[in-house]
Amino acid sequence: MWSQLRTLWEVLKHTFSRIETVEYPDEMPYLAPRYRGRIVLTRDPDGDERCVACNLCSVVCPADCIALQKTTREDGRLFPEFFRINFSRCVMCGMCEEACPTYAIQLTPDFEMAEFNRANLVYEKEHLLIDGVGKYPEYSFWHVAGKAIEGKDKGEAINEAPPLDVRELLP
Amino acid sequence: MARIEVDGIVFEAREGENLLQACLSQHLDLPYFCWHPSLGSVGACRQCAVIQYDDEEDERGRLVMACMTPVQEGARFSVDAPGAAGFRASVIEWLMENHPHDCPVCEEGGECHLQDMTVMSGHTTRRFHGRKKTWRNQDLGPFIGHEMNRCITCYRCTRFYHDYAGGKDLQAFGSRSRMYFGRTADGVLESEFAGNLVEVCPTGVFTDKPFSQSYSRKWDLGSAPSICPGCAVGCNISPGERFGRLKRIHNRYHGEVNGYFLCDRGRFGSHFVNAENRLRRCGVRVGDEEFQEIEGLEALAVLTDLAGGGNVVGIGSPRASIEDNFALMQLVGEDQFCAGFSSDEAVLNELIVDIYRSGAGRVPTPLEIENSDAVLVLGEDVLNSAPRLALSLRQSVRNESLRLAEGARIPLWQDAGVRGHAQGALSELFSLTVLPTGLDDIAAHVEHLPPEQIARHGHAIAQAVAGVGAEESASGRIAAALKSAKRPLIVSGTGCGDGEVMRAAAAVSSALRHAGSDPALLLTALEVNSLGATLLGGGLGLDEALKRLKNGAADNVIVLENDLYRRADPSLVDAALEASRRNGRVLVADLIETRTTANATHLIPVAAYAETLGTFVNLEGRAQRFYQVFEPRAPVTSAWQWLGEAGRAAGRNDMRWQHFDTVVETCASRPGLEALREVAPGADYRGAGGLRIPRETHRASGRTARNAHIDVHERKTPVDTESPFSFSMEGAQGGAVGSARSAVWAPGWNSNQSVFKFQDEVGGALIGGSSGIRLFEPAHGVPAPSYAMSQTSDEGEGFRLIPLHRIFGSDELSAMSPPVVERGGAAEVVLNRADAGRLGAREGDGIRCDLLSASAALRVDDAMAVGHAGLVVGETFGWLPRGRVVLSRDPDFRSSQELIARE
Ligand code: SF4
Ligand code: SF4
Ligand code: SF4
Ligand code: SF4
Ligand code: FES
Repeated sequence: MWSQLRTLWEVLKHTFSRIETVEYPDEMPYLAPRYRGRIVLTRDPDGDERCVACNLCSVVCPADCIALQKTTREDGRLFPEFFRINFSRCVMCGMCEEACPTYAIQLTPDFEMAEFNRANLVYEKEHLLIDGVGKYPEYSFWHVAGKAIEGKDKGEAINEAPPLDVRELLP
Repeated sequence: MARIEVDGIVFEAREGENLLQACLSQHLDLPYFCWHPSLGSVGACRQCAVIQYDDEEDERGRLVMACMTPVQEGARFSVDAPGAAGFRASVIEWLMENHPHDCPVCEEGGECHLQDMTVMSGHTTRRFHGRKKTWRNQDLGPFIGHEMNRCITCYRCTRFYHDYAGGKDLQAFGSRSRMYFGRTADGVLESEFAGNLVEVCPTGVFTDKPFSQSYSRKWDLGSAPSICPGCAVGCNISPGERFGRLKRIHNRYHGEVNGYFLCDRGRFGSHFVNAENRLRRCGVRVGDEEFQEIEGLEALAVLTDLAGGGNVVGIGSPRASIEDNFALMQLVGEDQFCAGFSSDEAVLNELIVDIYRSGAGRVPTPLEIENSDAVLVLGEDVLNSAPRLALSLRQSVRNESLRLAEGARIPLWQDAGVRGHAQGALSELFSLTVLPTGLDDIAAHVEHLPPEQIARHGHAIAQAVAGVGAEESASGRIAAALKSAKRPLIVSGTGCGDGEVMRAAAAVSSALRHAGSDPALLLTALEVNSLGATLLGGGLGLDEALKRLKNGAADNVIVLENDLYRRADPSLVDAALEASRRNGRVLVADLIETRTTANATHLIPVAAYAETLGTFVNLEGRAQRFYQVFEPRAPVTSAWQWLGEAGRAAGRNDMRWQHFDTVVETCASRPGLEALREVAPGADYRGAGGLRIPRETHRASGRTARNAHIDVHERKTPVDTESPFSFSMEGAQGGAVGSARSAVWAPGWNSNQSVFKFQDEVGGALIGGSSGIRLFEPAHGVPAPSYAMSQTSDEGEGFRLIPLHRIFGSDELSAMSPPVVERGGAAEVVLNRADAGRLGAREGDGIRCDLLSASAALRVDDAMAVGHAGLVVGETFGWLPRGRVVLSRDPDFRSSQELIARE
């Protein structure tokens, strides 16, 4: 008896507490930048595609909903020939973002992706690629990696010494 | 055997074997880099450190390198002791100081031995903050990529390339921390075995370039056990597929055929599977019009139609499986079936089988020839016709150094010690070939002779073995060496196109048997299923079949996976196909466009080896099953299925095949092919846990996205009704047979190094046994047969043509693989300087053969006998006439480079 009254009282009390729900879509909720919504592919600070097609996101994905194919460009940069996310399978777990060594793949606070036709939830690279750096404005994988690309020769990456002269004989 | 203890585990190991190998044979995890099962130990990397205790009381022990420590009775070791584990972790940390931040863009990632060992040793955080050393890379040609930054200075590459494979152009340069592994300058790696660097190098320094172009991680590659279609050695391979494309070929260990290595034809020659000029549609055409696409059912109706009457000739192929050939034979009838060799080659292949069966010598496995202590090569340019054998022959001459090492009590795995002590001493290899070969540098005696003289020389050796003839002569010396050898080997084959050479080889072997020794005799055929097609037989010779068509004795022809223009006189082929086009139908079932498909009336696209299953018979008579790696896109279908369907539709009771296993069963009822049943387990076989064997790895990714652009609903995984493999990751690897595994992987061992986990002992057979089965064994206990020299007269005008083979370009299918095209050379005519002068031609000029209506560039080589011309077999020259032919200088000839330059 006492417990039932207490329950009623607790429920009634909520009538006076602050409302957490917002009248979506008339009013937009605040979502933190870390919110795990629609996935995007970002770009390097230099404006080029960040993704190097390493396949780590796709292997870590528990829903197996990422597929891509690596290819190499003339300038030596690797990038995905195609990059596909099947959002009708994605569970927005953010594992891909955590696995990504280049910060290319990021989850965003956008969740408005509903479609009537499920096939429209299959996003290709052109749908995923945005024009900015996303949450990590500084990082450029190619300036850390040892592989040379056009515009960044051997020895020019961060913390690298110039290429060795193999013919040097000094001890 | 000695009992030793490692971390409390007591086990038996071979006395004197090194501890690393002993531990790995027990399937224990012990990190290593520089040791390799085929290369032995040098103790360079310090990664295999363990603690050895002096006795039961010893608590501290001392640090030793497992790969340099011989196993002794009662010895006690620890892998896990903190002293050893800590030392190994520091070694990795040092190696990693300069290692680039490359894994995401490194082709080795996911199957990198360095990654594995780093994880195993527990090194996770970088403490070194100095600058990383960097190196420049080299362009090493179309096969191999180079990324020097990733090197850990283990020396495996040069030890394989230089010491093991005899390559001269890859070396270790520089000193201390500036070591560089590469060539003196950019350029194509010359060795025919360079591709093995991809697997030998424990890091991503050497990578598979064509694979890298369209790369997928190892965990994403679907695979199934397969057999290299490149030549008759029958190396076991692991093709990797992703998104319906063949991505790369990796070695698949086989303890008797190819061990740990492949040749570059095999590794890079398979990209024809994805080629632009694959046949992908059924076609029909009237007259000289373009082909019109037709439905599969329509094409099948034509095939069925042909199956009905006897008015047809069926031409099979040595590059198709036994089952495919057999299905065609059933469909058209044995008397209308031709195995598809040139008529000359058919005789040569039959001779191989006859000699093998006669008991002239023991038929060795391809790896067994490594044990031979004296070798005679008669006429065969092994490196170019059966490449992997040349690598084994190169090991055979090391037996002298092993013998010397034994005498000096140096363990045989002590690679540097053995080599240093031997000072280059080699066992004897005698090479009698048409032109210089890649084995001349290790041969004790080399002669370059035309085939008929090689045969004569061979017979002289046979007589000398029998005690007839001068001992002073070269023949006498060779005979003496073979006679005194413990394990003599004679190698010959069909390469130079002369059966007399093989008969001479058989004669030598026979004579050795008479003299009481136990010689091994290996005869090489040219194509992957040359012996299979030969054993299957068939009532017709190719020339006879073509003549039937030409003079209207038969109106229709079915050609299976064969370019007839490479097999018979092109003018005869033209006439035959023309007559048949006029009178009936020319139905060509092939996987790729050829000159023959261009002359067909009907086209049927068939599956390439990676898209179907079947059996190939290699040069030792071993039948081996290859399995479907991935499904081809319809209407491309296995040839045996097309033919079986047609047979069924035609109401043929003898062709009521539902499944591949039934084809095998029916085929095995032919005499001599009984063993076909036991080659591999059938479709109902289940591996570990009663499950199918998965083609995909357990980490395969993208299942719900791969086809989502076509259909967002995942398609049902197709059920493989023909084999024990599944088209998904469901099932379990391994089983009671050695080949019940689509990939090698073990926890902590992602690279191919993990194969030791699946071997009885390191370098031994796979658990479950070496796959494949010999279809025939040489006669035992019968007296050695005798082979006498037959008399041939060889007088007359013009040149006698000798076929020359090239590892890159002579094999039909691999020659269409883009990387091989890039690597390979153009056709050539090789003449002696005197002959060239007589024709008024200089090096590079065109030489024309009117009979073949073809020209090629001249290469002058004084090793070529006068009156003989060597023609490089390939697209330009396939079939060669036997008699003497007239050659002339071709003033209009333009080499391909010139043509390109002009464009
Ligand atoms: S993990 Fe990052 S870099 Fe790698 S494939 Fe995915 S998005 Fe591209
Ligand atoms: S060699 Fe191995 S550890 Fe080094 S970058 Fe490549 S994958 Fe990573
Ligand atoms: S290139 Fe590879 S095999 Fe050669 S020393 Fe370096 S890591 Fe070892
Ligand atoms: S030797 Fe022959 S079977 Fe072996 S890999 Fe080379 S081409 Fe293939
Ligand atoms: S494997 Fe023993 S020192 Fe390298």
